[in-house]
Amino acid sequence: MEEHLVDWSRAQFALTAIYHWIFVPLTLGLGFIIAFMETIYVKTGDEFWKKTTKFWMTLFAINFAIGVATGIIMEFEFGTNWANYSWFVGDIFGAPLAVEGILAFFMESTFFAVMFFGWDKVSKGFHLLSTWLVAIGSNLSALWILVANAWMQNPVGMKFNPDTVRNEMDNFWDVLFSPVAVSKFLHTITSSYIVASLFVIGVCAWYLLKKREIQFAKKSMVIAATFGFIMSIFVILTGDESAHQIALKQPVKLAAMEGLYEGKTDAALVGVGILNPKKTLQNDEDEFLFQVEAPYALSFLSFHNIHAFVPGLKDLVYGNEKYNIESAQSKMDKGKVAVNALKMYKIAKKENNLINIAKYEKILNDNMKYFGYGHLEKPEDIVPPISITFYTFHLMVALGTWFLVLFGLILFFTMKREILNYRWLLISAVCSIPLGYVASEAGWIVAEVGRQPWAIQDLMPVGLAATDIGTTNVMISFFMFATLFTILLIAEVKIMLKQIKIGPKGGH
Amino acid sequence: MKTLHNIFLFYKDGFSNLVVGKTLWKLIIIKLIVILVFLKFFIYDKNINTEYKTDDKKIEFILNNLIKDE
Repeated sequence: MEEHLVDWSRAQFALTAIYHWIFVPLTLGLGFIIAFMETIYVKTGDEFWKKTTKFWMTLFAINFAIGVATGIIMEFEFGTNWANYSWFVGDIFGAPLAVEGILAFFMESTFFAVMFFGWDKVSKGFHLLSTWLVAIGSNLSALWILVANAWMQNPVGMKFNPDTVRNEMDNFWDVLFSPVAVSKFLHTITSSYIVASLFVIGVCAWYLLKKREIQFAKKSMVIAATFGFIMSIFVILTGDESAHQIALKQPVKLAAMEGLYEGKTDAALVGVGILNPKKTLQNDEDEFLFQVEAPYALSFLSFHNIHAFVPGLKDLVYGNEKYNIESAQSKMDKGKVAVNALKMYKIAKKENNLINIAKYEKILNDNMKYFGYGHLEKPEDIVPPISITFYTFHLMVALGTWFLVLFGLILFFTMKREILNYRWLLISAVCSIPLGYVASEAGWIVAEVGRQPWAIQDLMPVGLAATDIGTTNVMISFFMFATLFTILLIAEVKIMLKQIKIGPKGGH
Repeated sequence: MKTLHNIFLFYKDGFSNLVVGKTLWKLIIIKLIVILVFLKFFIYDKNINTEYKTDDKKIEFILNNLIKDE
């Protein structure tokens, strides 16, 4: 297949996913912040909290309205640009997405209307319940999407059917509760709560800098900073588990995240570093031009043992007998056996040769977990773009650390009633709104670029997943999406800014 | 019947009392038209279900892609 076509199809999907994800994290996190505020209102009966809740609810609605349905474009892309992939994943992707659709429609849509229109029309308790259900519903929607994504990173709970050439789910619970799915869901939603908390404290900081809505801003800030601080600690724990799962299931991704070419025991974690652009798998150049390391931390992060061996890219590509690591070439050989067995199975089926059907089905089953390797050209193809994976990972971690400090400082000085004296901190909070989005998108780039060349880990490389359609069509639709999404983003920012300038006195 | 009428009034009043919501609804409708009509029927008008009508033909198409020599 034409290489440009695959690259444009990837670029189009990446663009759609990145833009879609601009809208999602705020919905996931702000829903809970609003629910906390409304709970205080219902508990205390203080109208201040009702006004506060309604203001943030309006911003939530703006984000929700502009973001809603942007994810549908990805489903269109699956069908048109990624037909081989869509068929191959079959029921496994379909089931979680169907559950997501039902939940999103019934829970979010129904209770969103009550939450938005129902003030003074339904009881306080029912309104509060609706607000909580919108928050929970949007997070449950995310669960199913993230489960589907986790399956692509770690395909489990299925069996390949050579007659339908589809993977068929044989254990729903294995798919739902795979450790990769659990850690991905928890890490993604907690990081989204941080994005929402940064948004709230950033808007509040702007009010405080303008000496407006002082009480409203301070009280909203305490709630958001508390939520953000707790979630920042939780995101470290979920990030630790995610890294552990990557070490177990996607060791090439982990090696790329750390720019690790040679495997090591007692491996250090690179805190800050500049990759050496001359370094390749074949030469002995240093991996870094400059780096600051935390001793033993990579071994501990990967395998919860400070002395554990962490394989590098060379070990994973060329194999390492001492540590029983199979080479990519060996996996490619088995993959080609699997591909050939599928071909022979098809012939045997046409001839109705029962002996050969059984023979090739067994060979296929024995080698199916290497199927994708059968479509690679050379062992080095298993290595993802190292610099993108490395820098986005370190950017995400650095920003996550900054957010923890920021939430801590904001909370401390707001509780001490001194926050107005720290103008630099308020300016930092405003500037951190976009940084939250940068960190969140960087996390996705690590997850998705870091698992290249796979569309489905070990089973289907991206080149095989794509549909052979005209490159020009994909290019045209790429630029159309870029335009459409940019217009939506500008609309969101403009409406948001207008509403923020009006302040809490404005209505829905 | 009364319940249905109340639900109808709930939504009717809700929409008519919107301030910023009116702009949002205009945006949502334009966006849905672009996505569900324009994109669906002019850009993403072809997929495996439109090109191959039977499961056997779809399977044949995918299988040939999966086993072709690189």
